[in-house]
Amino acid sequence: MLEIKDLHAGIDGNEILKGINLTVNKGEIHAIMGPNGSGKSTLAKVLAGHPAYQVTKGEVLYEGKDLLALAPDERARSGIFMAFQYPIEVPGVSNAQFLRLAYNEKRKHLGEEELDPLEFKDLLKERAKVVEMDASFMTRSVNDGFSGGEKKRNEILQMAVLEPKLAVLDETDSGLDIDALRIVAGGVNQLHNANNAVILVTHYQRLLDYIVPQFVHVLANGRIAKEGGKELALELEQKGYDWLKAAPDSNGAGAGVN
Amino acid sequence: MVIELQKENLYQEAFQALQKSRGVESSWLDRLRENAMERFAELGFPSVKEEEWKYTNVAAIARTNFQPASPSAGATQLDAELKQLGSVPEARSSQLVFVDGILRNDLSSLGALSQQVVAIDLDQALADERYSEIVRAHLARQADYVVNGFTALNTAFINRGAFVYIPKGVLVAAPIHLMFIAQSENTANFPRVLIVAEENSSATIVENYVSVEEARYLTSPVVEVVLAEGARLEHYKVQRESVEAFHVATTAVGLGRNSSYDTTTITFGAKLSRHDIVVNMDHEGAECWVDGLYLVTGDQHADTHSVIDHRQPNCTSHQLYKGILDGKSRAVFNGKVFVRHNAQKTDAMQTNKNLLLSNEARVDTKPQLEILADDVKCAHGAAVGQIDEEELFYLETRGLHPDLGRNLLTYGFAEEVIAKIKLDSIRNELDEAVLHRLNAKLEV
Ligand SMILES: Nc1ncnc2c1ncn2[C@@H]1O[C@H](COP(=O)(O)OP(=O)(O)OP(=O)(O)O)[C@@H](O)[C@H]1O
Ligand SMILES: [Mg+2]
Repeated sequence: MLEIKDLHAGIDGNEILKGINLTVNKGEIHAIMGPNGSGKSTLAKVLAGHPAYQVTKGEVLYEGKDLLALAPDERARSGIFMAFQYPIEVPGVSNAQFLRLAYNEKRKHLGEEELDPLEFKDLLKERAKVVEMDASFMTRSVNDGFSGGEKKRNEILQMAVLEPKLAVLDETDSGLDIDALRIVAGGVNQLHNANNAVILVTHYQRLLDYIVPQFVHVLANGRIAKEGGKELALELEQKGYDWLKAAPDSNGAGAGVN
Repeated sequence: MVIELQKENLYQEAFQALQKSRGVESSWLDRLRENAMERFAELGFPSVKEEEWKYTNVAAIARTNFQPASPSAGATQLDAELKQLGSVPEARSSQLVFVDGILRNDLSSLGALSQQVVAIDLDQALADERYSEIVRAHLARQADYVVNGFTALNTAFINRGAFVYIPKGVLVAAPIHLMFIAQSENTANFPRVLIVAEENSSATIVENYVSVEEARYLTSPVVEVVLAEGARLEHYKVQRESVEAFHVATTAVGLGRNSSYDTTTITFGAKLSRHDIVVNMDHEGAECWVDGLYLVTGDQHADTHSVIDHRQPNCTSHQLYKGILDGKSRAVFNGKVFVRHNAQKTDAMQTNKNLLLSNEARVDTKPQLEILADDVKCAHGAAVGQIDEEELFYLETRGLHPDLGRNLLTYGFAEEVIAKIKLDSIRNELDEAVLHRLNAKLEV
C-alpha cells in the first residue's frame, strides 16, 4: 500500500528526514516512536503533503503510484488521512458541516451520490459512536475551544467518517485521559481492518497495549534507527533512547541508515 | 466646495419646492428643516480634507445630479417585484415599506402588530396629538445635523418618514421590518426614521435596503433610536443596495438607564457606502452590542464610523466588526470609544478584524479608545490578515479542494457575526448571501 524509499525532506534547506525507508501493507499496524525532534511529525506531514516541507530525494509510492505528485486534497480523497499532533481550530464552521463537506468530496471522488444534511446526520450519529462523541460537539465549530483531549478525539471522529485506507495518527494518545485513551484506541481498532493500514506515532507503550502493532520503528535524527516487533516498544520503555543514539545501527535492522 | 455649489443649488430648489408644497403654516418642523438646509448650505458635502472623511471621497455624489425623490413619484406597479426583494417572513404583517425614501402606506402591512404599537408616517404622527409631542421631543436630537452635511440634508428633507413607538411595558413579538426599496435611477433618497421605545418595552427592528435594479442613486437615511429605562431593542441593518449606488447613513442611538441595545449591521451593497453609528450611553447601567460585517468586492468602498460614548457609570459596550474584502475593494473602520471622566466601572470591548482575499483589496482600520475615567475595563484591537495557510492545509488534508477550503474559512470568518443574529430568516438569508458572494456552494 505504501512504500517509502530513501526519503529525504526538510524545510528551508535544513534536512530533517535523512533517508527513510518504510513499507506498509494492507491490514498492518505500524508504530513509529523516537525522541522529540527526530522527525516523526515531519514524516507524517510530508505524507499528507504539507507545502512547507520540500522533498529533496527519494520517493513515496501509494498503491503503486507517485504520492508526492498529488496535492494534499487529492491524497486525502484517495484515502490518506493524518490525525494532527496539534489539530487546527476552524472557527465559524460546525463540525457537522465540515464533516459532511469532506465526506461528500470523497464520495464525489469515488463517483458516488452526495449525502444531503439529513442523510448525513444519520451517518454521523453512527460514526460518532465509534469514539463515543457527544452530539453537542457536532454543532460546535471544528476544534474551536475544544480541550486538548477533545480535539484528539475529534480527529478520530473524522477518521471514522472518512474511512481512510491509510491513517497516520500523530500522537493521538497524548492529551487523552485514561478513559478517553481506551475509547479512542477502541475506535481505531474498530476502524482497522484487513483492507486498510494504520501508522501510529507515539511516545508511549500504553497506547500500544490497546492498539497492538505488528511493527515498531524507531526514528532518531531523521533516520529509522531500529525496527522490530511489538516487544521493541517495551524495550524502549525500559531503556529509553540513549542506547540507540550511542549505537544507531547496532541491530542491523535500521533499513534507513545508509 | 466651490465646484459643488451648483449641485447643492439643485437640492436648494428641491427643498424650496418641498417647503412650498407643505403650505404656509410654519411649525417647529418647518423651522428644523430650514435650519438644516441652511446648515447644509454652509457645510456642503464633506471633503477628504476632513479627518472624518479622509478615506471616503464623496465627490462623485456631489458631482451627480441626483434628484430628491418626491412623494408622488413611482406610486404604483411595485407589488410583484416587492415580494422578491429581501422579504422577512417573520415580518410579513409587520412591515413598513419605503420606496425611494418615502414611506408608502399602501405597501405597508401592520396586521401582526398590537394596537398599542405605533408604526406610522411621521406626518401622521405630527398631526396626532398623542404622538406629536413625542416626535418633537426626540426628532433630530440624536442625529446631529450640525457636523454632518448628509445628516443636514436628510433633516432638511424630512418628509413621509416613519415613526415607530413601543409604549411602556409592551413586548413586541413580531419583528418590525423597515424595508427601503430604491426604485428610480438618479434619485436622492432621504429616509428618516424615529424609533422610540418606552420603559421596559422590547422589540426587534430590521432595517433592510434593497434595489429593484442595479441603478445609480443615492440613499442617505437617518435613523434615530431612543430607548427609555429598561427598554430592549434588537436592531438589524442589512444594506444590499445596487453596486452602482451610494449609501450614506447615520444611525444615532440614545440609551436610557439599564436599557439594552443590540445591533448588527451587514454591508454587502453599494459602490460607496458610509455608515456613521453613534451610541450615546446617557444613563447608568445601559448595555450595547454594536456589531457588523462588511463583505465587499470589485471596486466597492465601505466605510464604518462608529462612536460609542460612555457618558455615565456602569455601562457596558461590546463591539465586533468584521470585514471581508475581495477584488480592489476598500474598507474603512473607524471606531471611537469614549469613556467620559465620570463614567466609572465602564466595561468596553472593541474588535475589528479584516480578511483580505486579494492583494489589491485594502482596509484602513483605526480603533480608538479615549478614556478619561480611571476605574474601567477597556480593551480594543484590530487585525488585518489573509487566509491562514495552516487552517487551509488542515481542510485540504480532509479532502477539500483549496478553493473550497478558502471559501469555507471565509464563511467561518463571517459566521462569528452572522451566528449571533437571532432572527432565523435573516440569519439564514445572510448565510446564503455570504456563500453566494463567495461563489461557493456549501449548503449549510
Ligand atoms: N516548520 C519548521 N521550521 C523549522 N524547523 C522545523 C519545522 N518543522 C519541524 N522542524 C524541526 O524538525 C525537527 C523534527 O521535528 P518534528 O516535529 O518532525 O519532530 P517529532 O519527532 O515529531 O517530535 P515530537 O516528538 O516532539 O513531536 C525538529 O528539530 C524541529 O524543530
Ligand atoms: Mg511530533
